[in-house]
Amino acid sequence: MISVHLILFLAFGAVALAGAVNLLAQTHPINSALSLIAVMAALAGEYLLLGAEFVAAVQVIVYAGAIMVLFVFVIMLLNAGIEDRTKGSRVAVLFGIPGMLLGSLLVAWVLLRHSGTEAVAVGALPGAPKTIGMLLFHEFLLPFEITSILILIAIMGAVVLASKPPTAPPVEKVSD
Amino acid sequence: MVPLSYYLVLSGILFACGVAGFLIKRNIITIFMSIELMLNGVNLSFVAFAAHWHALAGQVFVFFVMVVAAAEAAVGLAIIIAVYRTRETLNVDQVNLLKL
Repeated sequence: MISVHLILFLAFGAVALAGAVNLLAQTHPINSALSLIAVMAALAGEYLLLGAEFVAAVQVIVYAGAIMVLFVFVIMLLNAGIEDRTKGSRVAVLFGIPGMLLGSLLVAWVLLRHSGTEAVAVGALPGAPKTIGMLLFHEFLLPFEITSILILIAIMGAVVLASKPPTAPPVEKVSD
Repeated sequence: MVPLSYYLVLSGILFACGVAGFLIKRNIITIFMSIELMLNGVNLSFVAFAAHWHALAGQVFVFFVMVVAAAEAAVGLAIIIAVYRTRETLNVDQVNLLKL
């Protein structure tokens, strides 16, 4: 019997996979960025199925919202066009694609056959913001504070890297 | 009820798509987006394992991965802007010198 949970998993998974493949297939970066947003939204649905409400909300707000807006902004800023195709080596196509298929089939077989058959039930784990917050500010307080330093360094690095380098010295004023 | 392995297979496929994009794409921004796709694949397996083992720490790790991804995106895109400013191209095949 197919449960609603499985149907939802398959639907979100199909969207995520289609987005990921579309990211590879598109040649224009803006199309890739939009398909990546689709992948992230579908993954937020998967997180909800796993009972991780907080992570799902953060996925939509931070990933699909803030980070992808940054990407789209840079694509627009740099006026990125259709990417050039470069000739790949023949050997990579001949051996890479069959090798990749073989490897992925092997991994899928091992995972499906030998991993635990226990199922993940809906709402089995409370991932509410309150629970996550208690964990974050008690057990993981030190890593949390360290990430704030990381963010600060990232802000400074982004400002320094993206600011215009000092160019030619200013033109001297003509004095009379 | 969805077995854990389904989530792991989906996560693995997403990660593989990210690796493939990283290798075959020639636009530096698209390559950067492939890295984000890999991070998303890993996040999915984190959440799936968290649900499987009833350990909420997995979801906290996802939170940290997202924080690092945000910092990485900010710095990486700044680097891309700097590269574009000096080389006037986004094609990684033409960015083959560390110093101009």
